[in-house]
Amino acid sequence: MSQEEIYEKVKKIVADQLSVDPAEVKPEASFANDLGADSLDTVELVMALEEEFDIEIPDEAAEGIATVQAAVDYIKDKAAA
Amino acid sequence: MTSSELKRVVVTGLGALTPIGNTLSEYWQGLISGRNGIAEITLFDASKHDCRIAGEVKGFDPHVYLDRKEAKRMDRFAQFAVSASKQALADAEFVINDLNAEQVGVVIGTGIGGLKVMEEQQEIYLNRGPDRCSPFMVPMMIANMAAGLTAIHVGAKGPNNCTVTACAAGSNAIGDAFRLVQRGYAQAMICGGTEAAVTPLSVAGFAACKALSTRNDDPAKACRPFDIGRNGFVMGEGSGVLILEELEHALSRGAKIYAEIIGYGMTCDAYHITSPVPGGEGAARAMQLALKDAGVTPEQVSYINAHGTSTPANDSTETAAIKTVFGAAAYQVAISSTKSMTGHLLGGSGGIEGVAAAMAVANDQIPPTINLENPDPACDLDYVPNQSRQQPVEVAISNSFGFGGHNVTLVFRKYRP
Repeated sequence: MSQEEIYEKVKKIVADQLSVDPAEVKPEASFANDLGADSLDTVELVMALEEEFDIEIPDEAAEGIATVQAAVDYIKDKAAA
Repeated sequence: MTSSELKRVVVTGLGALTPIGNTLSEYWQGLISGRNGIAEITLFDASKHDCRIAGEVKGFDPHVYLDRKEAKRMDRFAQFAVSASKQALADAEFVINDLNAEQVGVVIGTGIGGLKVMEEQQEIYLNRGPDRCSPFMVPMMIANMAAGLTAIHVGAKGPNNCTVTACAAGSNAIGDAFRLVQRGYAQAMICGGTEAAVTPLSVAGFAACKALSTRNDDPAKACRPFDIGRNGFVMGEGSGVLILEELEHALSRGAKIYAEIIGYGMTCDAYHITSPVPGGEGAARAMQLALKDAGVTPEQVSYINAHGTSTPANDSTETAAIKTVFGAAAYQVAISSTKSMTGHLLGGSGGIEGVAAAMAVANDQIPPTINLENPDPACDLDYVPNQSRQQPVEVAISNSFGFGGHNVTLVFRKYRP
C-alpha cells in the first residue's frame, strides 16, 4: 500500500471518528489540538485504525501518535515490517 | 426547617419528546385529541418476539439539538434528555450564565439507562473480544449520564443527581428537584425522566415478566388502562423535562408560570419485586403523604394523572388505593391514564406525565384515557374515557409506581400570588 493510499484511508477514518470535515484532516493536524479529540476519542481512533489496517498498535506506540502524519508513518512502517 | 422558611416552587418551562409528539405543543395537542402513539416496533427486528409493539418516538433528529459528534457519543436515552432539557429551558426563556450557573441543577431519572449501547457492545465483546469494546461504552451506558450530559450541554453547575427507581424514576426526579429548590439549594432545577428501552433485550425481559401486552394485531388498541380487556403495558420511549424555579426568582424575571408544585410523597410497598401489594396500601400512603405535604384535602383535587399502566394488577390496585385516600371523593375526581396514548415510558413516564399534569392545571383541560370501552368492574371511577374534558383544574396529582415497590405522588396547583 502506498503512502498516499494509507493517507487517504486514514483521512477517511479520522474524519468519520472525530466527526470533522475531511478537508481539516491535513498531514500536520494534531488529533488533540486541531481536530478536537479527547482521550476517549483517541482510544477509539486507534482501535479503528487497527481494524482497518489489520495491525496491532500497542498503548506505548499509540501515545506517540499525535498527528495524522505520525499515524500514516506508523502504519507504513508496520505494513513494511 | 419551618414551613415559613421554605421557598415556593413554580414550573416555568416544559419540554417533551414523546411517542405522540416531539415538542410540548405537539405532545399536548396529542393528549387533548386522544392521539395513539403505539405501533409496530421499527427500531429493531421484533419478529421473533412475543411483543412486537411499542410507542416509539417518531422522526427524532438529535442534530436539531446536538452536533454530530455530540450525538454520536450519547445513547438514545441521553439524547432524549438533553434535547427535552434544551426545549424546556428555551420554553422558560431561562438563560444559564456565569452568574447563575452554580444555582441551577439537574435531576433526571431513568429506569434503565443506555441499554442499546450495552447490547451492541456485548455483541462486539462476544464476537470480537474484549479489546474491541468502545471506550464510550461505559459513559454512554451509565444511567446518571442523562443528568451529567444535560449539565455539560447547558452549563448547569448546581446540584446534580439521577434517580433510578424504575417506573417511578421520573417522578422521584421532579420531587427531589422540588425539595432542592424549596430548601434553597438551587434557584432552578432542570428535572424529569428519560428512557429509550425499546431494545431486543428489554422487550424480551419485560415480556418474560408477563408485563407486556401482546395485542400485536391491533397496536392502537393494545394499551387500554382500566378496561376489562387490558392485558399488559406497552413500552414507550422519550423524555419529559420541567424547569422548576423558586417563585421570587421566576417573578423577578417575568417568567410565565404553568403551575406551582406543592407536594411530594414517596413510599415503598416492601412487598414484591414486580407486583403491587394487594389493596395498594403503599400507593395510598404515597398519595396521603403528598397531599399532607401540599396541605390540601382530597376534595380539593380536580385531576389525577394515574400511573394507569394497563396491566391487570396495576389499574385495579391503583383504583383501590385512590378509594382508600379519597373516600367518597374518589367518585368525584377526574382520573386519566395518558399512558393509553403514549405507552409506558418506564423511567421517562414521570417526566412526561408531570408535564401533562402541569399543562392540565395551566389550561383547565384534562386529557382522556383512550381505549376505555368496557370498564373493568373493579375500576368504577371517572377515568375521563376517550374524550378530553374542559373543566377547572385547581389541583392535579401525578402518580408513578415502580418495580421494587416504589410509589411516588406529586401535587401541582394553579399558581395564585
